[in-house]
Amino acid sequence: METFLQQILNGLVSGSIYALVALGYTMVYGILGLINFAHGELVMIGALVALQTVTLLSGAFPELHPVFLLLAGVGVAVPVCMVVGYLIERIGYRRLRNAPRLAPLITAIGVSFLLQTLAMIIWGREFHVFPQLVSTTPMQPMDGVVVSPLQIFTIVVALALMGGLMLLVNKSRLGRAMRATAENHRVAGLMGINANGVIAATFIIGSGLAALAGVLYASNYAIAHYAMGFTPGLKAFTAAVLGGIGNLPGAMVGGLVLGLVESFGAGYIEHLTFGFLNSSYQDIFAFMILGAVLIFRPSGLLGERVADRA
Amino acid sequence: MKHNKLIFALAAASLAAGAVHAKEVVVRIGHAGPLTGPAAAFGKDGENGARLAIEDANAKGIKIGGDTVKFELVSEDDQADPRTATTVAQRLTDSGVKGVVGHVTSGASIPASRIYEQAGIPVITPSSTSPKLTQQGYKMTFRVIANDLQQGNALGKYAVDQLKAKKIAVIDDRTAYGQGLADAFANSVKTSGGQIAGREFTNDKATDFMAILTKIKAMNPDAVFYGGMDAQAAPLARQMKQLGMTAKLLTGDGGCTGEMIKMAGDALSATTFCTQAGIPLDKMPGGAAFRTQFKQRFGNDIHVYAPYAYDAMMSVIEAMKAANSVEPAKYQPALRALAYQGVTGPVAFDDKGDIKGGAITVYNFDAGKWAPLQTIQ
Repeated sequence: METFLQQILNGLVSGSIYALVALGYTMVYGILGLINFAHGELVMIGALVALQTVTLLSGAFPELHPVFLLLAGVGVAVPVCMVVGYLIERIGYRRLRNAPRLAPLITAIGVSFLLQTLAMIIWGREFHVFPQLVSTTPMQPMDGVVVSPLQIFTIVVALALMGGLMLLVNKSRLGRAMRATAENHRVAGLMGINANGVIAATFIIGSGLAALAGVLYASNYAIAHYAMGFTPGLKAFTAAVLGGIGNLPGAMVGGLVLGLVESFGAGYIEHLTFGFLNSSYQDIFAFMILGAVLIFRPSGLLGERVADRA
Repeated sequence: MKHNKLIFALAAASLAAGAVHAKEVVVRIGHAGPLTGPAAAFGKDGENGARLAIEDANAKGIKIGGDTVKFELVSEDDQADPRTATTVAQRLTDSGVKGVVGHVTSGASIPASRIYEQAGIPVITPSSTSPKLTQQGYKMTFRVIANDLQQGNALGKYAVDQLKAKKIAVIDDRTAYGQGLADAFANSVKTSGGQIAGREFTNDKATDFMAILTKIKAMNPDAVFYGGMDAQAAPLARQMKQLGMTAKLLTGDGGCTGEMIKMAGDALSATTFCTQAGIPLDKMPGGAAFRTQFKQRFGNDIHVYAPYAYDAMMSVIEAMKAANSVEPAKYQPALRALAYQGVTGPVAFDDKGDIKGGAITVYNFDAGKWAPLQTIQ
């Protein structure tokens, strides 16, 4: 039972990070019908920029409080990622908006390679230690289950960000413009909405979330390097498809479900298959669940958000 | 071809000269390892070790087949890259070397060994520890350092006998290295009377081990062994601490690095152990003298493998002396039967070309560095 609860907790931590990244994929897909494969690299850039900021600051002012360092790291990483996200859209995708769907997709993969190589040139190939600014000392809320302040912090921050995004999309003027643009960006333009501005805003918000996810990811595993964006990027894309791509609540549910499935897969696959499969199949297990979901619900758990294109 | 002509010309010249003077034959021996790139420090170290051996041998004025032999080092850079390694191996064989010390990394040694085998030139690696290298059935491949199988065996026995760990969980990263090491470790634990509580798996790009560690924690093992590299071992150590696990952490040489200490930070403690092939320099029979000599000659300290490269080079020269010939086909049997007292200890090869009784040293994390605990022969 304790192990079961512990696995739920492990799954929630990684799942909430996947969900944050998945939101970026799903927002862009919802509006442009484009899978932005470069999104995972923004997680990496967020983590490395935050790390650079923290290193410089703590070198110059060694007596600074860790919470302040963390805020400063995030305070620099988020705007940097927002700018990078905006530039990707402005330079890479905008011209291709009316091109066949394959062209922006290939461009996205190219942008991903470009960003990764740039990061390798700037920060080198080695693994960097990401300082653990929130305590990781285990606490024991009940016998056999341990949780660290960092894990609670991760889950709380991720859930708060998701809640904030839902409010933004459903209640604000910008959110209404985003929903209208998602339905049909040409008609939205005729109604007086600046579609280019809305699409840019979508990329900027998604990139900001990716930067935060990057900081949370790097804090949890205490490691940052130039290729770290690949795995969370792939997992988050899976989560977005699992929940129903284009669907915001779907991305959140998909992320959390994927985190839990992975955790239980690694923990229980051996018992479930009577020792036939072991934890080397944990990733395959997650994809088997994805396959099963897509067979019975082809548009994901909560349904793909298909815009009515007149 | 150009090289061949040059050598032919040189040989002809020396023959002609020999007719009138006391003969001096030039014998070229290769060294291959990374001299550029991230592993360059290891390659340069090996090259210096090999160079020192050649200079020592030349100073003695060794006579083989009645002629005084002057050894010459031909050093090549394989960049620790498998493809470059084969190019370099081809270049060395084309240039007529009589033997090769190298390559440094297993990834380079394995593809290169085929080229030396075909050319019939003995190659002795000072530092490649992959068991695969000597499992290819090649007659020309030798190694003067213990391999990963021996490493896994030694650590498994040590864990049960010395650390008194009865229940041990094993994790590996499913790479050739990690899996090989973990299998050897698990077998050795079983034969020593220990119990493998669980076998878990991850991959060499993973960072999240919470799920498998939670499962392992429920088994309540005395120790956790990880077969893989430091980039995974470090987050693993941190996550063990985060889960409040008190089991000892054991790793092979992939986790026995300075990077591991840097990345794992305060997650390492006196209950972290790792192994390295070989003996710490102070424990080598000729270690202290070698260190002084090396420093005098090159102005810097030994990195890791220079003594092994020295012994590898000396093994080639000793075998030539024993066979009274510098021809690879003639001295290769002498290499097989070699019994030479080297800097690192006695050098003798088994029928696969592995060193007999290769030493493994167990290290323990102590005061910010790896401190040698015990050397197992």
